[in-house]
Amino acid sequence: MTRRRDGNRGRAPLVLVLPALVGLAFLVLPLVGLLARAPWTTLGTRLAEPQVREALRLSLVTATLATALCVLFGVPLAWLLARVPFPGVRLARALVTVPLVLPPVVGGVALLLVLGRRGLVGRWLDDAFGVTLPFTTAGVVLAETFVAMPFLVISVEGALRAADRRYEEAAATLGAGRWTVFRRVTLPLVAPGIAAGAVLCWARALGEFGATITFAGNFPGRTQTMPLAVYLALENDPQAAIVLSLVLLAVSVAVLAALRRRWVSAP
Amino acid sequence: MKRILSAAVAALTLLTAAACGDDGGKSEDRTLTVLAAASLTETFTALGKTFERAHPGVKVRFSFGGSSALAQQIVQGAPADVFAAASPATMKTVTDDGDASGAPQVFARNRLVIAVPKGAAKVHALKDLAAKGNKVVLCAEQVPCGAAAKTALAAAGLTVRPVSREQDVKAVLTKVRLGEADAGLVYRTDVGAAAGQVTGIDFPEAAQAINAYPIAALAKAPQLALARQFVAFVLSPAGQDALTRAGFEKP
Repeated sequence: MTRRRDGNRGRAPLVLVLPALVGLAFLVLPLVGLLARAPWTTLGTRLAEPQVREALRLSLVTATLATALCVLFGVPLAWLLARVPFPGVRLARALVTVPLVLPPVVGGVALLLVLGRRGLVGRWLDDAFGVTLPFTTAGVVLAETFVAMPFLVISVEGALRAADRRYEEAAATLGAGRWTVFRRVTLPLVAPGIAAGAVLCWARALGEFGATITFAGNFPGRTQTMPLAVYLALENDPQAAIVLSLVLLAVSVAVLAALRRRWVSAP
Repeated sequence: MKRILSAAVAALTLLTAAACGDDGGKSEDRTLTVLAAASLTETFTALGKTFERAHPGVKVRFSFGGSSALAQQIVQGAPADVFAAASPATMKTVTDDGDASGAPQVFARNRLVIAVPKGAAKVHALKDLAAKGNKVVLCAEQVPCGAAAKTALAAAGLTVRPVSREQDVKAVLTKVRLGEADAGLVYRTDVGAAAGQVTGIDFPEAAQAINAYPIAALAKAPQLALARQFVAFVLSPAGQDALTRAGFEKP
């Protein structure tokens, strides 16, 4: 086992192995705790409760829609940041990552102030179209998109920077317009980056809590996603919360594993 | 590499300094940790200041939140000295687990009012909550304000379809404050705390859903003696005065 390919001989140094194992244990132990405390005997009946199915369905639907929105707007944004040297590009790049460091609850408040019924944009939406976003499923999707989009942008921008630009230049020399180059050359080149970003996005959206409960509220079947259901179940029925967490865990592990194998294959 | 290393060392030093900060002070410095229902935020913060002045060297730290969440934290072993809940049911979670030191005492009562955004004219009475097109937010039924809202609405024979069931009473208040909701059921004291932004409307059925607030020192309190003093202070005339001024009713 100590002999690996390409001349990577000798034991892995303990200095690296020990912290690696501690890190692994730290990440895995809480999951083991969930499994150990799960009420296995009543699992079936609890899972059959309509509220669980409703929350799960809502979570899957909203996370998927949010990912679609992230791809739709995030890929062009990443392209802009990576390929167009406009003034203030550094600032734009920094701003894009703000939702990553912003506490999600703050993000939710910010969304309320902009898209709420009395918000800057929301007021106009309400007056002109009668559309109000808080307390709706669309609100959940928006909250999730807000927190998840930076993952996609960063991932795609990285892929764009790493991609060999000579292919694009060659295409341009042969007379292809910028849009054609993007569609026929750039996009296929960075497809793995987009896929990886989308997976990250989806996972982040699925686990979204703070921005969702702040912006979209909590109502079963409409805005109560799995993380919200877990949080509220924890208030009076920790066993139910564990069951819900297990479901969420199983679904995300399954999806991530499946997607990883298919698209984001490790080199 | 060297820069990264020195940055890491600096960060570590800061971290350890922060971690030691709690017990690094003088030995007579003591911290009292109080977990209290979200509706007590303003009153208890003020009471904590008074208590600190009366006990030099004592810091009172509060964690405000939904009573049931706090009760779960205590049962799960959160280090705390005092628990003040917004309902006997949530306190029972703690006493059933043997986490309270002595019997909890009721120190205040609170009643629900309808909170509407200042100047809004859609909701004037309880029955308007059931009207179509009115956006109503309530507490989740798991938390005391939600349980009280359920009782009050049942007493009035009303079926209300809220747009959201919030995790605690302050979250309901926020949605009304921002004008996202046309109305919400909150405690009378919350309207007082948000004076100027929301208006409270009393309704008779609230009398049938009055919340009792029990308080108890916790069995595993790191500062048990101090915890008992704080409980006594809340029950004392001075503490009761502050509570009454905030709109709470006498126990």
